[in-house]
Amino acid sequence: MSRRLNIRGALIGLMMFFAIWQVLAWIIHRPIMPSPVQVLPIFGVSLFGNLGIHFLASTARVLAAIGLAVVTAVPIGLGLGQIPRANRIFAPLIAIVYPIPKIVFLPVIYVLMGITDISKIFLIAIIIFFQILVVVRDEAANLHPELILSVRSLGAGRRALFRYVYFPASLPAMLTALRVSVGTAIAVLFIAEQSLTTYGLGYYIVVETYQVLRYPEMYAGILAMSLLGLALYFVIYNLELRVNRYRAE
Amino acid sequence: MKINENMKASDSCKIQEKHRQMIAINELTFAYSGQPPLFQEFGLHVGRGDALSIIGPSGCGKTTLLYLLAGLRHPQSGSIIIDHKPISRPRPRSGLVLQDHGLLPWQTVRENARLGLTIWGFYGSDGRHAPADEPLVTDEADQRVDAWLKKLGIEGLRDQYPLQLSRGQRQRTAIARTLAMKPDLLLMDEPFSALDAPTREDLQNFIINLHHESDLTYVIVTHDIEVAVLMGKKILVLQKRCNQETQIIDNALLGLKDCRRQDEFQQKCEDLRKLLGSPA
Repeated sequence: MSRRLNIRGALIGLMMFFAIWQVLAWIIHRPIMPSPVQVLPIFGVSLFGNLGIHFLASTARVLAAIGLAVVTAVPIGLGLGQIPRANRIFAPLIAIVYPIPKIVFLPVIYVLMGITDISKIFLIAIIIFFQILVVVRDEAANLHPELILSVRSLGAGRRALFRYVYFPASLPAMLTALRVSVGTAIAVLFIAEQSLTTYGLGYYIVVETYQVLRYPEMYAGILAMSLLGLALYFVIYNLELRVNRYRAE
Repeated sequence: MKINENMKASDSCKIQEKHRQMIAINELTFAYSGQPPLFQEFGLHVGRGDALSIIGPSGCGKTTLLYLLAGLRHPQSGSIIIDHKPISRPRPRSGLVLQDHGLLPWQTVRENARLGLTIWGFYGSDGRHAPADEPLVTDEADQRVDAWLKKLGIEGLRDQYPLQLSRGQRQRTAIARTLAMKPDLLLMDEPFSALDAPTREDLQNFIINLHHESDLTYVIVTHDIEVAVLMGKKILVLQKRCNQETQIIDNALLGLKDCRRQDEFQQKCEDLRKLLGSPA
């Protein structure tokens, strides 16, 4: 948590990124590697036009999936963490399902849930769901028993323990899990959006630009998807810094 | 002067014992599952305004007894009556102070000290989770918390987090949190044993003075003979094996100025040491 990225660091990073890109464009010198000088104006203009709609569609899907995963995984994780008997029953199942790459369920979900946004959101949500479930459960289970007893002695019943102890205790770990899994979530979104939809960055990059050889526009799409990943990462990262303030010196 | 007043208080306590009873344990039986019982048909009576210390070897059930009094554990049989009401869950007017780990690490000193009142506000004055006999006024609650932080000498630390504090400062916060709930019964489990000597004496005196000023009843669990003699008007001695009879020593030394240095104090410690069967 100590290597906090400041504005200056971000600018230096961006400049290096575009410099290397430009150098590669000079070396390769083919239509598949256009220069950022060519791409950036297209990106700037189309983000407020056609590309912007695809960007919003993808953002909405990711946010809906994060929301769905959080509101289901957090209560279940807190419940399992507090009730060891339930955890003993479900722990083996979770341990087996957790490492499965959830994208393999894509055809099954399409057939069962139909070719709608819901099925895409659901697929991304189950990836994030398991990441959050496991850390929230472990955080709730590892709270010091004396802490729970002394808060109970202040009159806290189950609801107040949730509100004042279990939820805030698992919040930092939940955000870390979310930050780590959001990259995978966007990768899966990219694949899911390549078919059976007409909006979304995956569709834009593969169907609207790549397959018709509009390479500069394709790079604008790639930049938009990078921006989505970057923005989510840093929003979550900043929330993490905020909830972890008490750990700082 | 102070001592005489206390003698009078304890005399009248005897006369109206039934009316002024704070804790009444009758025929208590308790065992952890798969283990021999720690208590069997055990009885204990503590009057209002009394100060009881509980001492015994580790594993004798002293902490368990405190948790039973706090309503955090439930007996297999027998009754635990506090302030004339049987308890089945933590009682709003009983305060509990544990050795450590009682504070929420993500809350500041002030937020932690206010936690009991915040939970009170969360449920409202429902009589189950919080006292029913008075409404919670937010401004008044804040003032009450600040007043206790000041009395405990930690008002300068109110925006710090527990990880930034010493053990003594954390324990002061835990005590402030409990006292802000205006308890009539204070239950403490080894509250001072992890503290350095000056902090320990300071907080012991703080609790003893509070007891004298406000007629606060307290129960303190300790493994330390000197603490038991220093803080207990009565001393309950528990045994390693199943506790059936109640072994109580009366102790008139509580509250004497500088009693730590008196011969009588040393003698009482010696008696207690013999009773516990540990080498002198």
